[in-house]
Amino acid sequence: MRTLRLLWIGWLFHMKMLTRSAFNFVLGIIYPLFFASAAFFMFRAGDDPKPLLYASLGAAVMGIWGATSTAAGAAMARERWTGTLELLVAAPVNFGLVLLPVTIAMATIGIYSMASTLAWGWLVFGIPIHIGDPLAFFLAVPATVVSIGALGFLMAVAFVRFRQAWALGNMLEYPVWLISGFLVPLTLFPDWVRPISWALAPTWGVSAIREAALGGAPYADIGAALALGVAYTVAGVLLVNRALRAARAKATLSLS
Amino acid sequence: MNGARVFVVGGVLSYRALFGWMQPVVYVPTMLGGPLFQILFFAYIGRASGVESDAFFVVGNAIQVTAMAGVFGVAMTVGGERWTQTLSLVLVSPANRFALFLGRALPLIVNGAILSAFGFVVGIAFLDFELAPSVLPALAACVLVTTASCTAFGFIIGSIGLYAREIFVAANLAYIGLLLFCGVNVPLDELPAWMRAISEVLPLTHGVQAARLVADGGTLGSVDGLIVHEAAIGVGYALAAYFLFRAFEAAGRRNATFDNY
Repeated sequence: MRTLRLLWIGWLFHMKMLTRSAFNFVLGIIYPLFFASAAFFMFRAGDDPKPLLYASLGAAVMGIWGATSTAAGAAMARERWTGTLELLVAAPVNFGLVLLPVTIAMATIGIYSMASTLAWGWLVFGIPIHIGDPLAFFLAVPATVVSIGALGFLMAVAFVRFRQAWALGNMLEYPVWLISGFLVPLTLFPDWVRPISWALAPTWGVSAIREAALGGAPYADIGAALALGVAYTVAGVLLVNRALRAARAKATLSLS
Repeated sequence: MNGARVFVVGGVLSYRALFGWMQPVVYVPTMLGGPLFQILFFAYIGRASGVESDAFFVVGNAIQVTAMAGVFGVAMTVGGERWTQTLSLVLVSPANRFALFLGRALPLIVNGAILSAFGFVVGIAFLDFELAPSVLPALAACVLVTTASCTAFGFIIGSIGLYAREIFVAANLAYIGLLLFCGVNVPLDELPAWMRAISEVLPLTHGVQAARLVADGGTLGSVDGLIVHEAAIGVGYALAAYFLFRAFEAAGRRNATFDNY
């Protein structure tokens, strides 16, 4: 119960912080619309107009990863800059459980981008918003958000030793968009790419959202996304514990 | 002579300072990793949507990534002075502003050309794209002119950085705007008329068109109109940026806002 309360309060607190700047908030919505518009123009110009709905759903989920990748990469560095890292590490709870709701809150902000992209596609490009299985859709979206947030958490922890971790997070924005099947079917990639795609929760998340919207079978994809989210969380907590032990032993917490 | 010294020494120091901040651990993921995945991303969307060939996306994006050096580099070298608290020191100096301005632009143009060359190598290595050696000189000319015009455009953003704080937000929007409006990934005739009209006055549009024709075997003479158009747009942005720079400098002095960050 104490852990759940910590996760809830951490998420709520960071959601409030992330929505504090109206300017950044609006930018977080506008920025993905540029990418979505480019994709919509490209698919509209293609031979078969049917993929427009496919592209609309994929572009909508791109915003969730876009909101997470760079920000999560820099999550630890930000605590370092603001001088709160030592305080958070010294708190009598596992530091991983402090960091996890931060990255999930970052992913949650992407829901605004998702909604605005779907609305943009509908209003400007005439792409209908069709949700075949509303219950599955409303399960698939939070499952995708949580699993992408967990991937951001693993990234934040894995990059802990890099001062410029934001640059690595920034670099990973395109590759995850590309190989998770947001806009490009996985069948177009070489065989060796597919196992990497399967290990990424966004692959299952976007597939779940698509299946739910198009009236397919989304529950296995939702389960896979959540299972990967749990795996990322466990791996992240183990990694962060190890990194903190090393940082305490060498007194490099604020310097590493 | 003093102006020339400011141009050369100021430009070299500014570039060294940029890379003092932008170490390999930042340069490789942002300046090389970014273009690599950008080109692959759009080329594969092209394949998925059945629009254009890999060559269309390789050339378009390899030219567009020059804006990364131009727009973000200038945002850092000019606007970033505020962040490092050196803006007042630069602006209190009696240095010729035009020399100061040009000195900072030149290394960024070279960097942009390097990024573009890297983009073409990515296309050759990973996608269905070939480049005849005979077109390389003409292609290099297209790249240099386009990089220069993008850098001039970047100085508009950098000048705004003298006055506004959210310079990186503006740089991001400018970069992504060029990606959408300039026919980099979406053929210009697929864009609405109002977007095509805007693209006519943006850098990149004509440079990308020229580079595509050259990469397809055209000569420099066959694209000279496009190159001249691109260069003229660059000169226009450079002049506008210079006057904006002076105007924001004056406004910054008047309102004592140089150290707001």
